[in-house]
Amino acid sequence: MNTPAIAVHGLRKSYGGKVVLDNVDLTVNAGTVTALLGPNGAGKTTTVHILSTLVRPDGGTAFVNGCDVVRDHDGVRAAIGLTGQFSAVDKLLTGEENLLLMARLRHLGAKRSKTRVVELLEQFDLVDAARKPLATYSGGMQRRLDLAMTLVATPSVIFLDEPTTGLDPRSRHTMWDIVRSLVADGTTVLLTTQYLDEADELADRIAVLDGGRIVAEGTPDELKRLVPGGHIRLRFADAAALDTASRLLDESDRDDAGLALTVPSDGGVGALRTVLDRLDAADVEVDDLSIHTPDLDDVFFALTGRADLKGTAS
Amino acid sequence: MTTITAQRKTAPGTSRQSHVVADSITMLHRNLLHMVRYPGLSVFTIVGPVVILLFFVFVFGGTLGAGLPGADPAGGREAYVAYIMPGILLLTIAGSAGGTATTVAMDMTEGITARFRTMAISRAAVLAGHVLGNTIQAIIAVALVLGVGLLIGFRPTAGAVEWFAAAGLLVLIAYAISWLGVAMGMQAKSVETASNWPLVLTFLPFLSSGFVPTESMPEWLQWFAQYQPFTPFIEAIRGLLLGTPLGWSPALAVGWCVVIVVAGYAWSMAIYERKSVR
Repeated sequence: MNTPAIAVHGLRKSYGGKVVLDNVDLTVNAGTVTALLGPNGAGKTTTVHILSTLVRPDGGTAFVNGCDVVRDHDGVRAAIGLTGQFSAVDKLLTGEENLLLMARLRHLGAKRSKTRVVELLEQFDLVDAARKPLATYSGGMQRRLDLAMTLVATPSVIFLDEPTTGLDPRSRHTMWDIVRSLVADGTTVLLTTQYLDEADELADRIAVLDGGRIVAEGTPDELKRLVPGGHIRLRFADAAALDTASRLLDESDRDDAGLALTVPSDGGVGALRTVLDRLDAADVEVDDLSIHTPDLDDVFFALTGRADLKGTAS
Repeated sequence: MTTITAQRKTAPGTSRQSHVVADSITMLHRNLLHMVRYPGLSVFTIVGPVVILLFFVFVFGGTLGAGLPGADPAGGREAYVAYIMPGILLLTIAGSAGGTATTVAMDMTEGITARFRTMAISRAAVLAGHVLGNTIQAIIAVALVLGVGLLIGFRPTAGAVEWFAAAGLLVLIAYAISWLGVAMGMQAKSVETASNWPLVLTFLPFLSSGFVPTESMPEWLQWFAQYQPFTPFIEAIRGLLLGTPLGWSPALAVGWCVVIVVAGYAWSMAIYERKSVR
């Protein structure tokens, strides 16, 4: 019961001298969603490939549902489903034939296969296109079919490698809904993404992968707390007010052009009240006020050492 | 602890063994569907040999036939149809390897092959699907090419037993060459280059006793022609269909088939693991 769905320790992999994974540790509890977040080339796909037995690690251990990914391929393969970055569909067959192929290979039996295929076609909104060749499918439809094929045998652990890359916003939200309903049914999901909002939206826990190492791990909120960047921004009507306020709030940053002050804050109500009380006492009128809590973008850029892209801008 | 892992390993292992046949049939079904949907490649494997047959018979046939040992100079063309037909049938099989390799190479670049690998399907089943599908395709092609041969005057003297034996041998050869085609398709770096290697195979019937008797070749070529597999293949089929002396050719042909199957199987199994990941 307490066995984690995915347990990874000290995982290492290099390709021809280039280190792709460097001592990765990762634990995913059953029935939860973990997002593996990182820029291109961070090692996300390699991690997923090792966990789904496609690639053999150079070192470390990895267990999926208690089965060793190196020694017990069949045990792992029986438990998992993978929807990769590149669609794993048979483009020469129709959607229905693709699903039937999977049902046969999962040995569901003729009758069960048929009902399962009908079920999935409905669930993934592919009924109308079921008998059409895949050449006529849109990107979103192919991705949905891809995931439906993964789900034919209701695997208990699902790997989604960048499931929404290249999808339009609508298809993206459809995909998110599908992932949520999977988790509601008790499936464990490990998802890789380079979209912060996606990780924030779907994941119980996020592991940030950069240069082959996990640089941070925790709930979305925990990660946001890791990074300073929360502040209150105050705008004033004139330079005089700005001067007074700036003297009152000595830890603040001054923006003369915008007639604004940036005051570091944890985003809490107490801190906000203190600031406003001080200004009130000095009769300084605040024109406009906004509160910024750190978002995953801040976390991401801070952790992956790309602060220069965004950190300086704010 | 050890016992638990041991148990876990055997249980899915045995169930996997029992699924190999079912999975191979599923994969075969998939490949046959591909052929029906996209018959382009299949048509090509038939048209090629037919064109060569017509070309050789009607353009070169009169002269080449007259030069055959013991042939009547007046009836050269008919004699040559009989002489060339076994070679053309083998050329059809050799040519089908190019189609096989292309199909396999295409399949390996598709994500679906990676998906198959993450499922508990045996490697052998995936490969067997390709091999069996292409064997069937090659046999259909051989039957059609043979039909054209009969239309233009090929008159075998074989009885039922010989026909049966010839058909069996052709199936076996097609099966063996399919394994080679699959391995070559796996080896190929891209779909475009997949049919380069099998092209070599299609030269072999020309460098055998298929089109002219090996005795008419220069000595070094004669040596090659005598010891390459297509000569016993062709001699065996010729002997069975036309009653020429068989000698050791049937045994050699079967032996070569076994060697080719084993080599093709080992070759493709070895590449399958490392090639199906992007």
